[in-house]
Amino acid sequence: MTTATEFTLAELLVVACAEAWRDSEEWLVTGIGPLPRLAAGLAKLTFAPQILMTDGECMLIEEPIPLGPRGDYQPKFSGWMPYSRVFDTVWSGKRHAMVTPVQVDRYAQGNIAALGGDFRKPKTQLLGVRGFPGNSISHRNSMFLPSHTKRTFIEGEVDVVASVGFNEKRWPEGTKPIMPDIGIVVTNLCVMDFKGPNNSARVISLHPGVTFEEVQAETGFPLIAIDNLSTTPAPTEEQLAIIRKLDPHNIRATILKGNPPGVRA
Amino acid sequence: MNKEMSLGAVVNELRDGMTIGFGGWGPRRKPMALVREILRSDLKDLTVVAYGGPEIGMLCAAGKVKRAIYGFVSLDFIPIEPFFKKTRQEGVVEVNELDEGLLLLGLQAAGHRIPFIPTRVGLGSDVMSYNPNFKTVKSPYEDGETLLAMPAIKLDVALIHVSQADRLGNTLTDGPDPLFDGLMARAADRCFVSTEKLVDRLEYTDRNQAKNNLFERSLVKGVVHAPLGAHPTATHYDYGWDAEHLKEYGTFAAEENGWQKYFDKYVAGSEDGYIERVGGADRVRSLPHPVL
Repeated sequence: MTTATEFTLAELLVVACAEAWRDSEEWLVTGIGPLPRLAAGLAKLTFAPQILMTDGECMLIEEPIPLGPRGDYQPKFSGWMPYSRVFDTVWSGKRHAMVTPVQVDRYAQGNIAALGGDFRKPKTQLLGVRGFPGNSISHRNSMFLPSHTKRTFIEGEVDVVASVGFNEKRWPEGTKPIMPDIGIVVTNLCVMDFKGPNNSARVISLHPGVTFEEVQAETGFPLIAIDNLSTTPAPTEEQLAIIRKLDPHNIRATILKGNPPGVRA
Repeated sequence: MNKEMSLGAVVNELRDGMTIGFGGWGPRRKPMALVREILRSDLKDLTVVAYGGPEIGMLCAAGKVKRAIYGFVSLDFIPIEPFFKKTRQEGVVEVNELDEGLLLLGLQAAGHRIPFIPTRVGLGSDVMSYNPNFKTVKSPYEDGETLLAMPAIKLDVALIHVSQADRLGNTLTDGPDPLFDGLMARAADRCFVSTEKLVDRLEYTDRNQAKNNLFERSLVKGVVHAPLGAHPTATHYDYGWDAEHLKEYGTFAAEENGWQKYFDKYVAGSEDGYIERVGGADRVRSLPHPVL
């Protein structure tokens, strides 16, 4: 395993996201968006061959499918995962998705639904809650946020709680809250989790050249640094080769503005 | 027994204020020929129920909708349906925004003739805040867990697009994913289908082919022969969605009086000339299925 010396931040993020599925159970893994999908493929082709993946639609595959136009590549289907079975899998708890909320708050609540204070007449209609309420209460979810700012990690609560967080006030009186299972949160600055005291947010690694103070300044709620806070590992040459194979059209170069290098200049 | 009907005859069965469910998912397999016939009618105050695509955006834009009940309204490659987005931001349609799975459970409850299905889905999220009619139920067993009692979503009518049908009302739906067309059919008092191909009788010797039947003909009250009738959405394996047309449709949403312009350009008149107006049958048949 040779550590690469030249790599982009997007490639570092793919490697960091893949870690979400290290030691995974034999679960359905869904990486939503290009980098999480590459990350799931990378995990499956290296340390997590046990995970289940689809072709991006409803067929199960054992060989992760490259992003974008496929040329002569033929997907090889090993099974079937139509939407009805996705719901069965979601509700069974045997899934670990990586999702990209537009807003995340201190409770790990996520919003993809709408922006603005009035749900009946939103300032900006986004995707709607989609499957987030059910996913968040049923199975583990990790997050990928390509732009770590106070507009994404907000000071107050998210405008619409699409995915459930650690917020007991959201539960009807007399009921026992179900706490979500949050994996890792990968951003363009760091890797976080919500495993601090009372499920508070922690920074667990910083990307090369990023300081904890900078991450805190871009976050609307207090963060904790874990002891011996380390640098997010650089990709190995082997990992980069797999990423290139899974992304032959270099779609990963279009995700972060300016496609910055993995180590800040 | 012959259930063949015209588009107009189906729309004549609909009434103001009805609750209508649509098969398909986003830009896949929407009964758009029937939707356009509704757009040409005087119908109003509809409650529409769907894993929504352009049918919901168009019906909202045309002022046909009082309430929309949905898991999402999306064109997939255009993540937020443009006319639906406009409608939402103007606040002119009442909505029940559901988790995608809650829509499944609500339709299932209706089809099984039970008042609700208990679930954890929705608890702890704003689905509970924005659907104030939702109530919880306590498990009568030892666990005592409190669950959402997802109410049945009963439909007056379901409109569904299929690949093949016969005049008895048997249908086959090709494609990799059956989606939730069967749930829509079962949740409805009456189901009308539009079909790519219509024959007197489906008679397959291949069991696998016959397995593409998603719901019994006893649920189907009418069958309309509407080749290419899902355009601009996709019908496996006949044609993909029309990205070029949907992009143009999206640009109308940003224009003053945009819906009327789209309507005048493509929908007005009769369905007979529609396929010619969008580039002809050869063009639509050659639309590729997208690679995701």
